[in-house]
Formats: sequence, C-alpha cells, structure tokens
Amino acid sequence: MTKQSFWSWLFKARELSLIVVIVALIAVTTVTQPQYLFSEGGLRDLLRTPTLYIALAVGQAIVMITRNIDLSMGSILGLTAYFCGNLFHEAPWIPIPVVILLTLVFGAVLGAVNGFLVAFLRVPALVITLGTLYAYRGISVLWIGGNFIRPEWVPADFKKFALSNVFGVSNLLIVALIVVLIAGWFMTSRRTGRDLYAIGSNPDAAVLYGLRTKWLTFIPFVISGTLAGLAGIVYVSIYATGDSKVGLGFELQAVAAAVVGGVAVAGGAGRIWGVALGAFFLATLTTALPVLSIPSLWQQALVGVLIVGAITLDRVFFLIRLRQARKELSA
Amino acid sequence: MKFSNVMRSRHGRAVGVAAALAASAIVLAGCSTPATDSGDTGSGDANYNIVVMPKSLGNKYFGASDAGAQSAIEGFGGTYTEAGANEASPTSQSPFIQTAIQNGAGAIILAANDPQAVCADLESAQAAGIKVVTFDSDTNCRDAFINQATVDGVAQGLVDLAIAKFGTDPAQIAIESGGPNATNLNAWVDAIKSKLTEQAPNIEVVDVVYGNDVDADAYNAAKGVITAHPDLDGIIAPDSVSVKEAAHYLSDTPELQDKIWLTGLGLPSELRDYVKAGVFDQFGLWDVGALGQLAAYTAKALIDGEITGAEGDKFSTPLGDYTVGKNGEIVLGPLFVFDKDNVDDFDF
Amino acid sequence: MTVETTYRRHDRPLWRRLLLRPEAILIFAIILIVVLSIIGIPNYLRPNPGYTFTTLLLNAVPILILLLPLTLIIATGEIDISVGSILGLSSASFGLLFEAGVPLPLAAVLSVIIGGLIGAVNGFLVTIVGLPSLAVTIGMLALVRGIAVGILGTTSVTSFPPEVTSFVRSSIPGTPVPWLIVVFVVLAIVFGVLLHFTAFGRGVFAIGLSSETAAFSGVNVNRTKFILFVLSGLTAALVGVLFTLQYSNAIGSNGNGFELRAITAIVLGGVSIWGGTGTLLGAIVGGLFIATVNKSLQVLGIGDDAIYVITGSALIVSVVIASVASVISTRRRVTTSAT
Repeated sequence: MTKQSFWSWLFKARELSLIVVIVALIAVTTVTQPQYLFSEGGLRDLLRTPTLYIALAVGQAIVMITRNIDLSMGSILGLTAYFCGNLFHEAPWIPIPVVILLTLVFGAVLGAVNGFLVAFLRVPALVITLGTLYAYRGISVLWIGGNFIRPEWVPADFKKFALSNVFGVSNLLIVALIVVLIAGWFMTSRRTGRDLYAIGSNPDAAVLYGLRTKWLTFIPFVISGTLAGLAGIVYVSIYATGDSKVGLGFELQAVAAAVVGGVAVAGGAGRIWGVALGAFFLATLTTALPVLSIPSLWQQALVGVLIVGAITLDRVFFLIRLRQARKELSA
Repeated sequence: MKFSNVMRSRHGRAVGVAAALAASAIVLAGCSTPATDSGDTGSGDANYNIVVMPKSLGNKYFGASDAGAQSAIEGFGGTYTEAGANEASPTSQSPFIQTAIQNGAGAIILAANDPQAVCADLESAQAAGIKVVTFDSDTNCRDAFINQATVDGVAQGLVDLAIAKFGTDPAQIAIESGGPNATNLNAWVDAIKSKLTEQAPNIEVVDVVYGNDVDADAYNAAKGVITAHPDLDGIIAPDSVSVKEAAHYLSDTPELQDKIWLTGLGLPSELRDYVKAGVFDQFGLWDVGALGQLAAYTAKALIDGEITGAEGDKFSTPLGDYTVGKNGEIVLGPLFVFDKDNVDDFDF
Repeated sequence: MTVETTYRRHDRPLWRRLLLRPEAILIFAIILIVVLSIIGIPNYLRPNPGYTFTTLLLNAVPILILLLPLTLIIATGEIDISVGSILGLSSASFGLLFEAGVPLPLAAVLSVIIGGLIGAVNGFLVTIVGLPSLAVTIGMLALVRGIAVGILGTTSVTSFPPEVTSFVRSSIPGTPVPWLIVVFVVLAIVFGVLLHFTAFGRGVFAIGLSSETAAFSGVNVNRTKFILFVLSGLTAALVGVLFTLQYSNAIGSNGNGFELRAITAIVLGGVSIWGGTGTLLGAIVGGLFIATVNKSLQVLGIGDDAIYVITGSALIVSVVIASVASVISTRRRVTTSAT
C-alpha cells in the first residue's frame, strides 16, 4: 500500500464510520422514541439543524488545514446574526437576498481582520482570534445591549424558507450541501485549494516552492468569517430571535466537528466531505441527547470525549500504520 | 531565535506604547465623565446615587427592569447607573460591587447570579453604609428583597392555568426551566410539582428539562421533551427563554399545536405573535418595569431611613403602599395573566 | 548572532538595557496608570486606598497563580487551555467532598490531586501519544467542564465555614496585601527559580527554541513537558480550591474563560506564543497590568462589555506591534549584515 492510498483508505474509513455512527445514533434514538424521526417536525429538524454546524465546521476546517485556528467564529456568528436581524428591522425595503449578501460581506470583513493580522503582520492565529473572540463579543454587547431580534422583525418568507423543503430535504440542508460542494471542489480541484494543504503540511517548503503564503494564510480567514456569517443568517432563519449571547462557545463546536471529521490539527490534512459528516454527527447528537433523556448538563462532557477520542484514535491508527510500514521496509 | 535580543527590547517598547495609550485613554475618559463622581447627588444630604446591576448586560428582561428602575430613580432626583458583567457567572458581579463602594453609592439594586458568591463584597458595601436591595434572585446578604411574586403565587398561578385546562382529566405534563442553578426557577419548579400533587393528582409531571437561557438549547429541549414523551399533553415553562422557544417549536410544528398545551412565564414582547396566532393561549408574568421601579423606591425608603428592612415596616410609593414581609421580602403583587386581548398593552 | 549581540552589548549601557525589558516597561506602565488614576479619577482611592489595592489584588490573584505553570508550558511552545475547566472541576469536587462530610483540608488535597491527574492525562496525550497540545486541551476544556457541571448538577455548595472563607479573603494585618497574594508569591518564587535558575528551566526554553536541539543536548523533552502539564493541573486545581473559599461558592462553572485571561496576560507580558522566549516576571506583570487597567475602567463606571473590547484589543495591539517590530528589525539586520 503506498502512502497515498493509505491516506485515502483512512479517510474513507473515517467517513464510512461516521456515516455508520450517525445512522446508528438516529436508529437508537428513533427506536427509543419513534417521533424523533417519524413526525413532520422530527425529520425537518433532523435535517435542518446541522446546517448551522456544517457552515461553521467547513470554515474552521479550511483554516485548520493551513495550520491555523479561528476561535472568533462564535463571536462573528453572534454579530452577523444581529446584523442580519437588525437589517430586516431597520430597512425592510431591502430585498432579502441583498440582506443575505450584506451579512455575508460583513462576516467576510470580520474574518478579513483576523486574516490580515495573522497573514500580513505575522501574529499567531491563536492569539489574534482569541483577541477578536473577546473584542467582537464585547462589540456585540455594546451594540445590542438589552435588545434582541424580535420574531416579527424577520420576514415571513425568510422564516418559511427555513421551514420548507424540496422533496423532503430541508431547504437549509440544501444550502449546506451547496456549501460543502463548493468548498470541496475548491479545496480539491482548484490550485489555490491544493496550495492551502501545501502550506499547512509544510510551511517552509511552501515558501521555498514559491507559494504566496501570506495570501494563502489570509484567504481561509475570509472564508471562515463568511461562513460564520452564513451560520448567523441560518440562525436567524431557524430561531427568528437572538440577543447578544448568540453563538457563545460555538467556536469549540466548530473545532470539534472539524477534528471529528478528520481534520489534522497539525494542518495539511482533512476533507470537506468528512468535516460535513462530523458536523452532521455533532448536530444530530445535540438533538438526540434530550430525546434519549440524557441530562443536558452532560452534553459538553460528551463533546469533549468526542474531540479527545477522535484525535487519539487518529494518532493510534497512524502509529500502527507507521510501525507496519517500518516492518515492511526492514523485511 | 537569532534575534531574540532585538525582539525583546522591541516588544518591550511596543508594550510600553500600548500601556501608555491605555493609561492616557483612562485619564481622558476620567475627564470626560463627570457623572461618575461620588457624593450626595440627591436632595438634602440623602445619597440617591443608585447602582443597578442586572444578572448580565444584554439581557432583555433586565433591560426592562433596569428601565423601570431608571425612570423611578430619575423621578425622585437620584442618579441612576447601570453596571454589570457580560456573563451571568456567580462571581462576575463582584468587581462592580467593589466599584459601587468606591464610587460612594447610596444603594445597590442587584439581581444576584448566586446567593452566596457576592456576599463578601455585599457585606463590605453594607459596612460602608450602602443599602442593598435584591430583586429577581435573592442573596443571603441584603437589606430587602423585592419578590416579583411569591414562590407560592407564581406556582399557584401556573397551576391554576393547568387545572383550568385539564380539570380532572388525567394528563401528562413536563416542566421546561431555564438554567439549572437559578434559585428562583428551582423553587418554582418544586412548588409547581408539590401543588399539582396536592391539588390535581390527575396531572402528572413526567419530566423537567432545562433550556439553559439559550434560545437554541431551549428550542431543542422543548422538541426533545415532546419527542421523548409521546403522550405528553402540556408544558409549563416558568422561564422566559424556555416558554418562547417552546412556543416557537410549536409554531414551527403546527400538527402539535392542538395536542400540546403550553403556558409559562414570558415577556409579552416575545410571545405576542404566538398568542395572537393561537399557538397557545395564556401566560403569566409580573410587570417587569414595575419590579425595577419598586426596587428603586425601596432603595430610596431604605436610604431615607423610612424602613430598615424589618418585618412590618410600611412605606408608600407611586405604585401603591407596601409592607415588608418576613425575612425582608417585599412582594410586588400576584401573577398577571396575559392573553391575546391584553398582550398588546405591554411593551416590555 | 554574535555580531548582533556584541553590537547591542556595546551600544547600550546596562541600565538602558534593563529599562527596555518588557517587564520594566510594563511595571512603569502600571505605576503610570495608578498615578494617573489617582490624579484623574476622583473616586479611585475611595473609600480608602487599602480597599482599592486589596480588591485589585483579590480580583487578580486567581489569574496570577494560574499563569505561573502556564507560562512554562507556553515557553516550551505547547499550550494548556484546559486550566479554567480544571479549576471548575476542582471547585465542584471540593464542594461535593466537603458536603459529603470529608474534612476541609482532606477535601482540598483530594481536589488538587484530581487536578494533577487531569494534568497527567493532558501530559500523557501530548507526550506519549504525541498529539498537539492545542487539540488535546481544547477537548479536555469541554470534557472537564462537562464533568464539573455534571457532578454538581443543579446545586452549588456554599456552606463553607465562615471563619475559613473570611480568612482566605483577609489581608496581612496592617497591610492591604491579601493572604492569597502570599500564596501567589511563594508559588511565583518556586516557579521562577524552576524556570530561570535550574537545568530543568533551561530545558524548558531549549525545547521552546527547538525540540530536536534540546533532545540532542540531553534534555528529556517528554519528561519535561509531562511534568509541566501535571504542575499546571495541580496549580489550576489549587486555584479552584482557593477560588471556592474566596467566594464561598463551589460550582462547576467557576473559572469559565480564565484560560483566555491567563494567556492574554502571558502574551501581553512578552512571552512568545511560539515558545523559547519570555520571563515569568513578564507574565506576572502582564497579569497585574490587566488587573490595574480593569480596576481603573471599573471605577470609571465602564462595564464589562467595553472591558472585553479593550482587553481583546490590547492583546492584539501588543502582539501586532511586537511582530511588526521584529519584522522591521529583521530587515534592518539583514541590511546591516549585507553592508
């Protein structure tokens, strides 16, 4: 087995096992409580809640592939959600698609601030996004105060879009699929996407090879900001409300989904398709646990077990494979 | 690390620049905010400099109560300051209580995140002559507590609505609460359970779930409990986020609306649309603005020495006459029931 | 390298080099802020100067203790963001054990040991399994916090003996210095000596500069890192016990977000997040700087929302300026050596 085919085997194994786990989780929950799946609301929620997680996780994954991290995604989600809701309220004459576009641009700008500081001023992403995690959240509270997005602000058409489906597939899940398809295509088939893997797996070699590393470090943050903005829009469409605390702690969920989905924290590896499955799994878990009557207090512990378990398993598989390869070499 | 020497000194200079900027910003702010100076701002020598501390900034419920307190304080010529933490964590209010002491406040009005954690600071405040009034959530150390409604009153109000709905028919209901550590919510949940056992044994509480004060969690908790109990007939949600998100889930899932009866404690501004659309019929609450006002008038009465917080003390306010009850509690009034006919009359 | 160092040594007298260290500049900045606050903020020293500085130190002390082992971890180029959660778990277990009738000192010791065990799990995963510490401790942040919130359930324990809790908050008689600061100073000396005056400490910096070189020159890289994670767990758990007594409140959510505050202080204090450079004194002074700024802002009546923005921006500004400065000096050096 060559190195290449080993990796593809591992990724396939990851995605396959995620699908098995997701199906098993849904099956167990549905056997316990048939309504979880077999009611109109049940299937709809099962299929639309993951969109929020998928958008965040895909953005986080692209940043992590370049060996960086974006801890400000939860705060960006909060700011953009209110931006979107407030725009509906303050300027109802703006068509919905324009509001969506403006919110995405706002998210992209917030992400670009991170990207600029990390890429062009060469400051560690961990420190910068920690700083903007604070700063963006503080701006949220300063700006929003005790106010909140009121359900009546949000246009009925917009809420209806989130509730509707095409042939049983929630509109929002279709949005998520489009995001995954575009991101997957970009990362695997575009030169820029493949370069992102390159600077993540070996930054020094990437410089020697002549890649525009600054630019390649900058772009993922703009993408993650934009996708956090998309998550903000999705949040408003599902919940039609939100105060200054929206998105608190979501950055960890995004990291968890990416890691569970197979992104290497050391950069350079991870597939969008796997990340989407990781996010879908995490979202399903959060809706299944209350139905399985597992106290919500323990949910966070489970997320932790998942992160630690996923990275440990990855590493163990890798070490086993490494040992085998060495044996083959010496034989 | 070839350049470590250089980097260190450069970094040092940079930090110094940042520090100097911060320092000058502080001083500039100090010059431009004369409102923070202490002293006796009220009439005569009474110090009506009153600091209002919500559980956290950016909470709509406390936005309404703080606005009430502000109107009352400014009405009697006092100085209103809102001070608060971003997070509703047990200790996050502590530095702001210290600040109130330093700024020579006359009274602190506080919705405590924890009954004990802020006590050391509140006791220092009381030792410095500051009157401490709590509202919404009590602490073990204050002069008076404004109870929006007694535990008994809240629970009875909600239980009455349940009995009116189910009569003597057997029914399964669930309770959806907010944060699992909130003193008042836990007291209401316990009281609702015991009252139902006494007064309506036919109504069984099959589950208690928590919305954690977060929209998304509360939505999932409502969905989860309805799914987990297929024979569920109703939900009582004595928490504003939970009742809103339970209503939101029912509104998203119309086939459940006839099956699941819902009531709870919520804000008219948040529930107006759902009640008018017939997602559910009735919910209870007190007048949140009046709660803040009463806290402010109580603080004034304490400052004036009109009351001391002892049982039986009486005082008059523009809201009416109040008597301090057992353990320094002052009760705002009975639970107010909102429905589609009156919900438009309230703007909080 | 030698050229550069020699140049510096000859160019600047000793006193200037000392004064230009980040620690010295931060200390100067702290003094400046205090002096300007005393002059510019009418209520800064009310009700009495002791109160101002006692509360400032009491608010700062949990972060100051937390950042001690964390500074060493960061100096090796690793990170531990699970410290806030370990604090919370220690608080919860301390409360549970005390409520179950375990004597207070034993409950404290057991809780600190639990923290050490979690630190050992972190260390095991980072050193033996070979995982990145950021990923491990993000996972442990969620896992340990989840356990902390889970085991105490809906309750919080507040029934600690008042004489103990009031002693923990009290100051050395006749001074505004809280006893907790004494605990901090003792630990700071221990960690300071460990980092700056022992072979172990030289190993810490060596690992931060280059793991491979450190290993070649005889530093046991894994053992060093493992010990540091255990120390971090023990210290965080100790802070959990002290914090619980300070506020006489045991609850699983204690210490939420403290890891971010500690890292902010460390980075502000001139410790490189990439490892290899920085001093413990710098990190401590960074923590005191934040506490001093917060106190002044709070007395001015500025709320947490604005303080969040200021903290986040200060962190960004300090690293950005440092980074830009290093880029410029690198360029200048390149030009110099070319000539």
